[in-house]
Amino acid sequence: MDPECARLLPALCAVLADPRQPVADDTCLEKLLDWFKAVTDAGSSLLLLQENPCLVELLFHVRKPQDLSSRILSFALRLAGTFAAQEDCFQYLQGDPSLFVASAAGQLLVHILDLAMRGPAEGRGPAEGRGRLQARDWPACARRIVCHLEDCLCSEAAPRVTQALHVLTTAFGHCHGLWTQGLWVQLSPLVARLLEKDPVPAPHALVELLLSVARSSVLSSDPGLWETVAQTLSHLSPMQAGPLAAGILKLQDCPQALRIQAFGVLLRPLACVLEAAAQAPGTPGLLEGAAGDQMAVDTLPPSKSVCVGLLCSTLAHLELLQPLPQRPSPWPQAPLLAAAVTILRFCNGSAAPSSELGGHLCAMLVGCVRVQRAALDFLGVLSQGLGPRELVTQVFAVLLEYLVSPDSSPTVLKKAFQATLRWLLGSAVPPSCCDLEPHAQLVLRELLAVLQKRLCSPCWEVRDSGLEFLTQMTRHWGGQATFRQALLASEVPKLASQLLQDPESYVRASAVAAAGQLSSRGLHAAPSSPEHPAGPQKTPLEELLLVLTTDSEGFPRRAAMRVFTEWLRDGHVAVAEDRERFVARVLQAASGDLDWEVRVQGLELALVFLQQLLGACGPGAAPPCALAQALRALCRVQLFEFAFRSLFDCDRPVAQKSCDLLLFLRAKAAPSGSPQEAGESPDVAPVEAALRRWRAGEQGQPLGELAPEAILAVLRSLDLEALRDTLAESSDHVERSPQSLLQDMLATVGVLGDNEADCY
Amino acid sequence: MKCFATTDKEHRAYCLSGHPTLPCNVLKFKSTTIMLDCGLDMTSTLNFLPLPLVQSPRLSSLPGWSLKDGNAFLDKELKECSGHVFVDSVPEFCLPETELIDLSTVDVILISNYHCMMALPYITEHTGFTGTVYATEPTVQIGRLLMEELVNFIERVPKAQSASLWKNKDIQRLLPSPLKDAVEVSTWRRCYTMQEVNSALSKIQLVGYSQKIELFGAVQVTPLSSGYALGSSNWIIQSHYEKVSYVSGSSLLTTHPQPMDQASLKNSDVLILTGLTQIPTANPDGMVGEFCSNLALTVRNGGNVLVPCYPSGVIYDLLECLYQYIDSAGLSSIPFYFISPVANSSLEFSQIFAEWLCHNKQTKVYLPEPPFPHAELIQTNKLKHYPSIHGDFSNDFRQPCVVFTGHPSLRFGDVVHFMELWGKSSLNTVIFTEPDFSYLEALAPYQPLAMKCIYCPIDTRLNFIQVSKLLKEVQPLHVVCPEQYTQPPPAQSHRMDLMVDCQPPAMSYRRAEVLALPFKRRYEKIEIMPELADSLVPMEIKPGISLATVSAVLHTKDNKHVLQPPPRPAQPTGGKKRKRASDDIPDCKVLKPLLSGSIPVDQFVQTLEKHGFSDIKVEDTAKGHIVLLQEAETLIQIEEDSTHIICDDDEVLRVRLRDLVLKFLQKF
Repeated sequence: MDPECARLLPALCAVLADPRQPVADDTCLEKLLDWFKAVTDAGSSLLLLQENPCLVELLFHVRKPQDLSSRILSFALRLAGTFAAQEDCFQYLQGDPSLFVASAAGQLLVHILDLAMRGPAEGRGPAEGRGRLQARDWPACARRIVCHLEDCLCSEAAPRVTQALHVLTTAFGHCHGLWTQGLWVQLSPLVARLLEKDPVPAPHALVELLLSVARSSVLSSDPGLWETVAQTLSHLSPMQAGPLAAGILKLQDCPQALRIQAFGVLLRPLACVLEAAAQAPGTPGLLEGAAGDQMAVDTLPPSKSVCVGLLCSTLAHLELLQPLPQRPSPWPQAPLLAAAVTILRFCNGSAAPSSELGGHLCAMLVGCVRVQRAALDFLGVLSQGLGPRELVTQVFAVLLEYLVSPDSSPTVLKKAFQATLRWLLGSAVPPSCCDLEPHAQLVLRELLAVLQKRLCSPCWEVRDSGLEFLTQMTRHWGGQATFRQALLASEVPKLASQLLQDPESYVRASAVAAAGQLSSRGLHAAPSSPEHPAGPQKTPLEELLLVLTTDSEGFPRRAAMRVFTEWLRDGHVAVAEDRERFVARVLQAASGDLDWEVRVQGLELALVFLQQLLGACGPGAAPPCALAQALRALCRVQLFEFAFRSLFDCDRPVAQKSCDLLLFLRAKAAPSGSPQEAGESPDVAPVEAALRRWRAGEQGQPLGELAPEAILAVLRSLDLEALRDTLAESSDHVERSPQSLLQDMLATVGVLGDNEADCY
Repeated sequence: MKCFATTDKEHRAYCLSGHPTLPCNVLKFKSTTIMLDCGLDMTSTLNFLPLPLVQSPRLSSLPGWSLKDGNAFLDKELKECSGHVFVDSVPEFCLPETELIDLSTVDVILISNYHCMMALPYITEHTGFTGTVYATEPTVQIGRLLMEELVNFIERVPKAQSASLWKNKDIQRLLPSPLKDAVEVSTWRRCYTMQEVNSALSKIQLVGYSQKIELFGAVQVTPLSSGYALGSSNWIIQSHYEKVSYVSGSSLLTTHPQPMDQASLKNSDVLILTGLTQIPTANPDGMVGEFCSNLALTVRNGGNVLVPCYPSGVIYDLLECLYQYIDSAGLSSIPFYFISPVANSSLEFSQIFAEWLCHNKQTKVYLPEPPFPHAELIQTNKLKHYPSIHGDFSNDFRQPCVVFTGHPSLRFGDVVHFMELWGKSSLNTVIFTEPDFSYLEALAPYQPLAMKCIYCPIDTRLNFIQVSKLLKEVQPLHVVCPEQYTQPPPAQSHRMDLMVDCQPPAMSYRRAEVLALPFKRRYEKIEIMPELADSLVPMEIKPGISLATVSAVLHTKDNKHVLQPPPRPAQPTGGKKRKRASDDIPDCKVLKPLLSGSIPVDQFVQTLEKHGFSDIKVEDTAKGHIVLLQEAETLIQIEEDSTHIICDDDEVLRVRLRDLVLKFLQKF
């Protein structure tokens, strides 16, 4: 700890211990704790306490019953935990209604338990049965804690049970000493007994605990654990058991029977949905031997909000599970697809259930945006597995229904577009080929008709998602004949081009991206609207340059810069015609832009240009003639004025980017004393003068004509590395020092005092 | 004050219309007869041929229809067109039931919105109606415009022929669908005249929201904002102890009218629920989006857009949406035409009813700005309006364009002309926004049609989810609604969410049905004259509850009940004059005191013992206790509301026991 902080610490401790001086907010306490952790990690905490007796006083002070705020109490407890001191002030605290205090007390208990148990257990030799201490051999303080936990687990009061479960979850989650085995052996019967109660108390905390134990490498070998987990799965309601089932399935290693059971729990709500929609009994379902309506009644809650919650969480669990290598195998792709499609049909009212339960489900789900979104996400993930042809047909049909329906909310529509794109990508045959399969080609025509309408929507979110979808489609299939024909036969390119004038800036940004992509593929439309039927037609490049130079919002200008960079990188036809002129025009616009992201993008484009000029020379320095040629080109596009000015840009990312650019160039230049330069020393004074002015904040002066030699000389004279390091430090590094934190906290208290004095 | 029970017979609802959104119900409430709305079912016109404004060679040369056996006696009345059979005559409308109840007995008619008053001239001018009609000012003014437009549409295309043969039941049976299945054809009538409209409207008394209107002293009616249209109302009909809410055509969406007043609907005994959305599966916002997108797509391709619509209502909101949309969609140079005999008045009226508008629009008036942006559209020449296609319109007409015009049934009005004009080109689009008519039936006489047809019904009235929330909020004891609302729509029988779901289940009605309304409270308020009240001597029987006996004459006039002091007993005159009828007064006997309280059996037994009775036995019965004095062979039967002493002719003993019983009771 630096001396300045040590000087401030006693005053701060006095403030913290004084209930009359409230501390402004929790965040500074959190920061203080972080700092203490850093200090104790770096050195001995004993020494720290010895050198700063005010800390010990603070901790002793907190133990006295008084009016301290719960946040200070929680802070002190966690500080004590950090110092691993104070062993006996937790019991009455743990029941504190404040969540902060309870959680801090819980963490402290775990620390103490770990400290107490680790010592004796680890100290034993192998012959003495290392690690497995008998309960009677536990240190007194550990025995007291365990006894307390046992009482809590047997309590009738749910909050006490919850607390005990939380403490154990933390213990098994953070401590991996062998002693935890002994603790689990001791307490697991009590945990198992919780399942005998109806309803099971604190089900969420119980699930957390079991998962924490199951994940622990020390404990997962206990066969009793899996038995308890299995029992829990069957005792809890589907909603409560879902997270446990999902957690089990994510485990690398667990008994196969349990995995099957867990997967069954997870699939059950979807099996019920399928059952409810089945037109004829005996339709193959998700689960073998699903017991029909009765199971569904038991599984699907009658309340709309609970049922919606259950389906959403089930879909989310399965969505996360699908890409994992340890996901259950065989993965029931087809029934899951059918379930997702059925849910979507219930939600849009197109399912025609025959049973009463189906009717009820339909009434609950119809128009439910939450479930629609979850099901569309899930359906999108399932595109990786495909499925039987007739189901894939249904998938596209339901996706089209959602895309066409005027009732689809903008967020649902966006998800529907995303899922459609994934399915189209998945439908490419064979997987390596980028051509669409015949079925998807049919869908494509309908999609373009929908897209046409969606691009005219009065809702900007819809126009926006439509454009994003178009950009993605063009990116993937822009070179494919069927797609090109269909797209060019539609109004879509024309509409997309008109949206460059959209009143909403996000839409203009998406329209810029779409125009960039369409133009790259030669699919752009000649712009014409009913208002300007025969006006002079602009090229896409001119249109986007117009956006870059005239749009009042940042998003479209940023999008234009991204497109230009991509065009330069990919050698777009319009760029290739006169690359230098293109770069010069774009840099001129970007360098004067008020939006820092546009300026960063401008430097990125400059870097690409530079790489194209010099990158062909391979790694290392470029041959002098290539370098000289490149430098002349860079001077012509006025890259240096932009780059040098950017070094002192008030927005750090711009300066960083410029630094990177110039460092790259310097690396490409010959180290020093190349024959060309040896004879003459270029006049760098005007450049350095300009740099000084810019550093001082005077932006007006232009750099004027520059000789390539002068640039090289300036580049070498600049300490770019030092500048880069300074820029790498966060801009608030001064404000974030511990000294500043302590001063701020004291100042806040002082200010509070002043305010009190001012009150009359 | 004293309370009387009334009987159920007084509260009945007579259901005169089978159309849930064009209701006509008569409520017999207390001693008044109240008609709730008089909607006119115009779907009957779909069975008729369109009335072309300009001579149509196609429509004028249609073949007559003949029976299968070749009999052609109907060929003047029925014509074959596009594979369907239509009646070739002046269109006719299906009137509300007129036989179920004598409509001359209706005291008042309450109108909830301008769409629900279109049958008014039929009722007020042809049934002997002598009562008053209540409606808000915008309802009357816009209702007048709708009627005026209707009369104008029909009268400007005179058609001498009136078809009636086909209505004969025996003949109707032989006709093809849908004529064969048309219902109540005998009630179908031709349109009224402007004279009848004026006469009907002169019977309307204007009311404001929350204004309390007394009907004959018995009932109070109050209009409440219903949020559906300019001046649209729900009605509260209440007496002192009963409250009926009539909900008709309400909306919770933020459109142009004042928001719906829900709070005042609370504590209703009965809530009559009509006028819900006709398209419960279509969300108005989505439909507006669909409308705009299709409009833009058509116009961008050089096509014209036809929007068949009413001259007031949703059109205001559509114009407002388009106002915001056309610039962004690059359509600023496209002309929008609004053609209706009342177009000008409708656009102007909408701007002057500021107090009936939603808050946002009201505040504009103080800026001052016109509340609706269509003023600006007109100013900038983007929206032009004309009374008909004749005259100025034909000079200004420029394509591609968007035309708003009536009638949504496509059977009369300028829309018929545009259907004939634009129907052949696939570049054009007709967009249906009004939900009142099946668009496929409306299009039937124009088939085959090349123009695109888009169905975007915009119905802002309550949907079933909103109804369910509303009912939870206002908690009426009973809900009464058309039978269509108590089951899912026939085409979507699995959609259990598309019906009214409440507890107890809603009572449903259908055309020509009479419903007895269930009321739980059965009290009347009675006033006591001050001098009579002065003479009362209340006695506190429980803390806070006092009782007094009253002897008085109940005087009832104009549904107000008053207790007056009884006339003094006539002095004996000595003579033997014949009594006159007016001297007949109630006998004022010497009143016995009234008793109250209950007898605690244990204490009563102790008292008996104190007074020398022994061998007492107490038996519990279902209604109380029996105290047996075995020795005296006497039985005292104590029940909640009576006590009997049964002894064998021992009057002394009976009186003694009676006095002991009375000690436990209070007298007053």
